[in-house]
Amino acid sequence: MTRTPWEWTRLIGFYALVVVIVVISIFPFYYAILTSFKSGTAIFEINYLPVDFSVQNYITVMTGRNFIRSVINSVFISGVTVLLALFLAVTASYALSRVRFRGRSLLLITILGVSMFPQIAVLAGLFELIRFLGIYNTPWAMVLSYTIFTLPFTVWVLTTFMRDLPIEIEEAAIIDGATPWNIITKVFMPLLWPALVTTGLLAFIGAWNEFLFALTFTISETQRTVPVAIALLSGASEQEIPWGPIMAASVIVTVPLVILVLIFQRKIVAGLTAGGVKG
Amino acid sequence: MAEIILKNVTKSFGQIEVIKGVDLLIKKGEFMVFVGPSGCGKSTMLRLISGLESITTGEMTFDGEVVNNVIPSKRGVAMVFQSYALYPHMNVYNNMAFGMKLAKSGTGDIKQRVEEAAKLLQIEHLLDRLPKQLSGGQRQRVAIGRAIVRDPRVFLFDEPLSNLDAALRVATRLEIAKLHHDMGDVTMIYVTHDQVEAMTLADRICVLRDGYVEQVGTPSELYEKPDSIFVAGFIGSPKMNFLEGEFADAFDCSTLGIRSEHIDFCDENPVWQGEVVHTEDVGSDNYIFVEIGSKEPLIVRSPGRKGSVYGMKVGLKPQDQHLHRFNREGRPIR
Amino acid sequence: MFDFSKELDLEAQRRRAAFYFLAPMIIALFCVAAWPLLRTIYFSFTDTSLTNLYGGEWIGFDNYLQRRELSSGRVIWRGTLVDPAWWNAVWNTVRFSVISVFFETVFGLGIALVLNAEFRGRGWVRAAILIPWAIPTIVSAKMWAWMLNDQFGIINDILVRIGILERGIAWTASIDTAMTAVLIVDIWKTTPFMALLCLAGLQMIPRDIYEAAKIDGVHPLKVFWKITLPLVRPALMVAVIFRMLDALRIFDLIYVLTPNSKATKTMSVISRENLIDFDKFAYGSAQSTLLFAIIAIFVSLYIWLGKVNLSGEGNQ
Repeated sequence: MTRTPWEWTRLIGFYALVVVIVVISIFPFYYAILTSFKSGTAIFEINYLPVDFSVQNYITVMTGRNFIRSVINSVFISGVTVLLALFLAVTASYALSRVRFRGRSLLLITILGVSMFPQIAVLAGLFELIRFLGIYNTPWAMVLSYTIFTLPFTVWVLTTFMRDLPIEIEEAAIIDGATPWNIITKVFMPLLWPALVTTGLLAFIGAWNEFLFALTFTISETQRTVPVAIALLSGASEQEIPWGPIMAASVIVTVPLVILVLIFQRKIVAGLTAGGVKG
Repeated sequence: MAEIILKNVTKSFGQIEVIKGVDLLIKKGEFMVFVGPSGCGKSTMLRLISGLESITTGEMTFDGEVVNNVIPSKRGVAMVFQSYALYPHMNVYNNMAFGMKLAKSGTGDIKQRVEEAAKLLQIEHLLDRLPKQLSGGQRQRVAIGRAIVRDPRVFLFDEPLSNLDAALRVATRLEIAKLHHDMGDVTMIYVTHDQVEAMTLADRICVLRDGYVEQVGTPSELYEKPDSIFVAGFIGSPKMNFLEGEFADAFDCSTLGIRSEHIDFCDENPVWQGEVVHTEDVGSDNYIFVEIGSKEPLIVRSPGRKGSVYGMKVGLKPQDQHLHRFNREGRPIR
Repeated sequence: MFDFSKELDLEAQRRRAAFYFLAPMIIALFCVAAWPLLRTIYFSFTDTSLTNLYGGEWIGFDNYLQRRELSSGRVIWRGTLVDPAWWNAVWNTVRFSVISVFFETVFGLGIALVLNAEFRGRGWVRAAILIPWAIPTIVSAKMWAWMLNDQFGIINDILVRIGILERGIAWTASIDTAMTAVLIVDIWKTTPFMALLCLAGLQMIPRDIYEAAKIDGVHPLKVFWKITLPLVRPALMVAVIFRMLDALRIFDLIYVLTPNSKATKTMSVISRENLIDFDKFAYGSAQSTLLFAIIAIFVSLYIWLGKVNLSGEGNQ
């Protein structure tokens, strides 16, 4: 196929644009990795290509007093929150997508509204509730407060997915004598497990990244989640920001997420769109 | 095995009344076909009997027991869906066994029943497969097998053949008829929009229109003694010829109906005369379209083959005993 | 009237099951959303303090607006509604939301158009743009804080090398550039989300429309304005509203990237500062209540004006 010069220009321009998009997308992450492998004062020299390969920063972070603890906290909190949300959401979204009852639309709108809540608006009330329950400065404070965004999100996305399941399969199950509970556990759950994984993953990422509640409801370093730990990571003195260890910590908590996202790429896009544009 | 009686049954969805007062008796062991154009309420009727929808007013009994509010599984019905509705994540065995498992039947019992049904339908070799590994015809058999395993009082079919290709449709039709014969006294209710299916399968046909029952009767009753112009036009292929105006006046009615096979060619004293404008040769028969000045050309069946008759002037004469005369309301004058 | 037996029909049985299925979720949402919200609103009418949560007294609207007449006869007004710091935060929030969502939409649509074209390596590009989205906000704030560092930051280095800047600037610390820094990071992080939503919208447009336009010889720009844009508009509008609501409540990025900068402090940041750091618990509650009210009004207006069918009920 021969191309005219104009077509060549357009083609080159197009690929240049693609390259720019890709570079801007991945450069900060690349640069964080590059920085994290620099040791000592090398960090203050600006390099565009890797020059150093020192794991000193990683050792500093991992042997630091509480970083591993924070990772464990985050995994525990996010995991428990997501499981709880999925458990409540599966039955709720069955009711919302499959059963005709009055006020269903209103309930759906309310749930969507809650997911768009400014979290600061419940901060004072949650603070009181958490103090009242005696779970301030424990992981349960986060498990409780994260439910405000994980639950509406999972309900909403699973409702969208369930609505798309063929009605006749459910009717066949009804004829076979299945109760609504049977339908959910024996028919819909096996059909929806990819959607459940995706929804769970997205909710997990949301919980993993949360900052406001985690910052407000913890006080001791051992109870911090990863984002709080990274945000408050400080050096020997106030002025001296330990950039190397911060970058190392950032890479440690981001790499698993990036890998997960790349593996589940297609499903994530489907999940996001289900939660977003099915208007 | 059940006798089903519907008394003045209606069904409304919100403001819209879909079934407008139906009285119907379905006898024990009968093969009843609901037929009618789309939107006539035939599928809703089936869903009402299945219990997937509950009736708005009226009464429905199975063997004398009122089932208005009884859920499907307690009615003892089994249903074969148009899209088969097999559980995609279960193999054929589990698809067929699901109902019995839910009913907490013993494993040995389940195995025996599933294998019997599989044998009857010749799908024993497919028991380990998933639905997506089956052809359309095989899926249909599994769907029927799933219904058989339930050992139902009433067997419901919702347009089960419409997703199959023409050849398979005829073969499966035959098998359903055979199944009804083999299973003896199971009541079967079958919904279709295809009157040929209805005629070939049914013990009795129930013709529905706009939420009302137009006529219930054996295929030959409907064919020979239609209760309305609608039934007369709906049953039979090609469609019955209808003549109005002066053609009907001559026979003292508002609409005159005559089937294509009940018109003879005759050269002496013809009742109607006209020119052949079109012919359709379907092999066994020839359908000859004769323009006699009515709204639509008259279709006349001529057995065997004829040479080209296009443009020929012919004389026609109806067989008097097969004339259908209808009054202004569309009801027969007898 | 036609109660032939006490048995529940299928529909009624399903409704009852639905009730039991929904109850736990509704109770959970009530506990974590409705109740705390009501308590926050209540606190905003009291003088509760962080150290004495149950010792607050009802003081009416004083946290919002309070008129006090001094003995000299001079009238002074106090409360959030006359607090310049609050109005500064409102202005920052609105400025941030509008600018960031605008650029995210434009860039997102642009990237979506690129990704909607068929070219080799499209899958890889789509994977690459997901990376900023996958990185936790706090981490990206820290990464960019390092890249925007005044002395050792690579951004300054690049800009100086290509001659745009003479000398590096303190992006995050300087009043003039702090907002720009926040915007850059937010746009970088959130554009992928927009791009994916736009792409989903674009992919719903049947291809033959474009082919018909191509055969008719319509100019590509005209195709974009007359065909593409109107067709993706519904999807785009929903995406914009979601992003807007998200932007209005921004907290973490600003808290970490530009701590204590007057130029970037948003409503969420200032509310939390009062609530927790300054021990003006009730005052902070009043500010968060206001933020909630603003967002609530915004959403109601949008739903009412746009008649947006958010529930997707129409699909059935």
